[in-house]
Amino acid sequence: MASSTGRASRRDVAETPDALVPTSAAGGDVAVGEPDLRDFLPGIEPERQVDDWGRSERFAALFDRTLVDFYYHLWFRCTIEGLENVPADGPGLLVSNHSGALPPDAMMIMKAISDEHPRRREVSVLIEHFFKGYPGFSMLLPKIGGVAAHPANVHRLLYDERRLVLVFPEGQKGTEKLFKDRYRLRRFGRGGFVEAAMRAGAPIVPIAVVGAEESQPVFAQLGLLKKLTGLAYTPLTPTFPHFGLLATLMYLPAKLTIRFLPPVRTDEMGEAPWEDKSLVQTVSHDIRATIQEELFDMVAKRRSVWF
Amino acid sequence: MTSKRILITGLSTYWGGRLAQALERDPAVEAVIGVDRRPPKIALERTEFVRVEDHHSLIRRIVQAAEIDTLVDTRLVADSIVTSPRLAHENNVMGTMNVLAACSGPDSLVKKVVFKSSARYYGCEQDDPGFFTEEMRRPRPPRTLIERDVVEAESAVRDFAEGNPDTVVTTLRFANGLGPAVRTSYTRYLGLPVIPTVLGFDPRHQFLHEDDIAGVLEHAVRHDLDGIYNAAADGVLVLSEVVDLLGKLAAPVLPPFATGLALPLLKRARLPISADMLQHLRFGRGLDNRKLKATGYRYRYTTRETVIKLREHQRLSPLTRGMRESYRYEEEVEEFLRRSPSVRRGAPPEPRANLAAGEAQAVPSPSAPAGYADLDAGEVIALLASLEPEALTALREHEAGHAARKAVLAAMDALLARPRSAV
Repeated sequence: MASSTGRASRRDVAETPDALVPTSAAGGDVAVGEPDLRDFLPGIEPERQVDDWGRSERFAALFDRTLVDFYYHLWFRCTIEGLENVPADGPGLLVSNHSGALPPDAMMIMKAISDEHPRRREVSVLIEHFFKGYPGFSMLLPKIGGVAAHPANVHRLLYDERRLVLVFPEGQKGTEKLFKDRYRLRRFGRGGFVEAAMRAGAPIVPIAVVGAEESQPVFAQLGLLKKLTGLAYTPLTPTFPHFGLLATLMYLPAKLTIRFLPPVRTDEMGEAPWEDKSLVQTVSHDIRATIQEELFDMVAKRRSVWF
Repeated sequence: MTSKRILITGLSTYWGGRLAQALERDPAVEAVIGVDRRPPKIALERTEFVRVEDHHSLIRRIVQAAEIDTLVDTRLVADSIVTSPRLAHENNVMGTMNVLAACSGPDSLVKKVVFKSSARYYGCEQDDPGFFTEEMRRPRPPRTLIERDVVEAESAVRDFAEGNPDTVVTTLRFANGLGPAVRTSYTRYLGLPVIPTVLGFDPRHQFLHEDDIAGVLEHAVRHDLDGIYNAAADGVLVLSEVVDLLGKLAAPVLPPFATGLALPLLKRARLPISADMLQHLRFGRGLDNRKLKATGYRYRYTTRETVIKLREHQRLSPLTRGMRESYRYEEEVEEFLRRSPSVRRGAPPEPRANLAAGEAQAVPSPSAPAGYADLDAGEVIALLASLEPEALTALREHEAGHAARKAVLAAMDALLARPRSAV
């Protein structure tokens, strides 16, 4: 399965004899130093069911048909704005706010780009390492596009494979926050996502999602249950814990609006901008402020939580 | 190729034998000497076998007497089914230190050391990256004795490299090998009729075909690769797909929690699952193999093709059992064949059509080799990486004078412009 047009075209390049010539020589100057390792990515084997990251085209399609499609069109009735801000080719780091106990926002953003974007691109979403330790999640999340949030993984996806990567810099802090704190962005980690985008020269596309907070509001965190079960977090929601694990896919029918904001270019910030920690923090802070403002604007102007 | 007199430690290992076989066919190689505790398992033409323990002074005497310029160390045991942990430690850590000590010193003629390491170096943890690159350190301390051995052996190699800056030191970290002739815990595990997996996990696996193991070692001998290189086939498969390709069924019977406690039960049930494999069966591992590919090596098989080859072998092996005569090393016979004046040793053996490395034989002739004109540009470029700079210069002149194909000339210039150590 061709996972993205970018990869497919690179395969064609790799088969032509010129690919053996180091790119620095092809560029005209005398070949010095390292060859570009991007020329040596493994080719695509069309017979494969699962790609190198563990994404299964078949399983993802099944998941899409049975669940995501229903939620996207009927349950959340997603409205998409500014999809033209998502790059049509080349890498892109999508940065979004995170909310809800088991957030539906990742699924909906991925669906929006794979269905409504003119290039129908696929998105890899960064997930916490602890999911890799949970049986079931460890098996299923990579199949639908989840990739462990490791800096080396982000770099390979953006720089080498030139894909779209979706990240929630609030991380677990975003999903833990209570309903009374809705639409108030948490700290954006240590700015690692900005650094990753700078190293790859990838544009950062901020995303504001409204509605996910109301779809699965968290009223409290159950400390005792967390200790007993050893789960990463145990929120009290309208459906959890009394419906058990079934509750993970039980959402209230809030209306979801996803707005893609104009991209922030990182390739024009000078030579090795990631060395400049204050610049990294500034960019990270600016992106957070942009999303926060946009969220307040959208919440203020929306007609209703449900329609 | 600068390596002419080669010592292979661990000749009785599969890859040690295969490497000796490939090297002794090359007339440019003056001498191939193998040392090991056990005799070699495959027939060798002119390789000299010396039965010796990994003893520092004995190996040093061989190295000096034979004026060895290249040492290939293939002894590392990274699989607990081969020996007991204690013997493995002797072999992996003490043995490596002894072998390296035999090559160091101011009067040493050794110009290159190739060390076969294992991807076990990286371990297998929940917070691993998807693809390990050579600069990465393992995120956590080793879990098992074998893993600790690999880490310690590599640190001995690193110390050696720092102490001998003029010596080219290549460390090759191999992924799990698969193939008809190698016997590892994975070939046994995948040979089960139904393959037990850990419930709720689908780890990513990357393998390396046995031909590629030998090919990578040969590539490292023929080219000067300084530093650490991952050796793993293209493509990372999830275990469920591996099982599917083998045409078998996966049984998710291993409990996801407290798997370690279930280990004695597994032993009782005679399942070939060792403590080493448990982490791997949960989280898997992927290697970034591009650094080695950038030096010109082309893998013959992808991971998928490796698994398919294994399936073919698994299906045929019940039918062909006992049909093939296995080789047995007899000291007197080998001595006779190599030393006796009655044995006719005339023409040097013909170079094989396809080398194990999957690269073409380099013909260092001043003019173009026979049949050169028949090759098209793509084929010529594919061969270039295996040529010595002198041969390449000569070939460039020939090309410029005759066909003068632009793509070919550009590729040649690029290769010539590269620093020699990188080629």
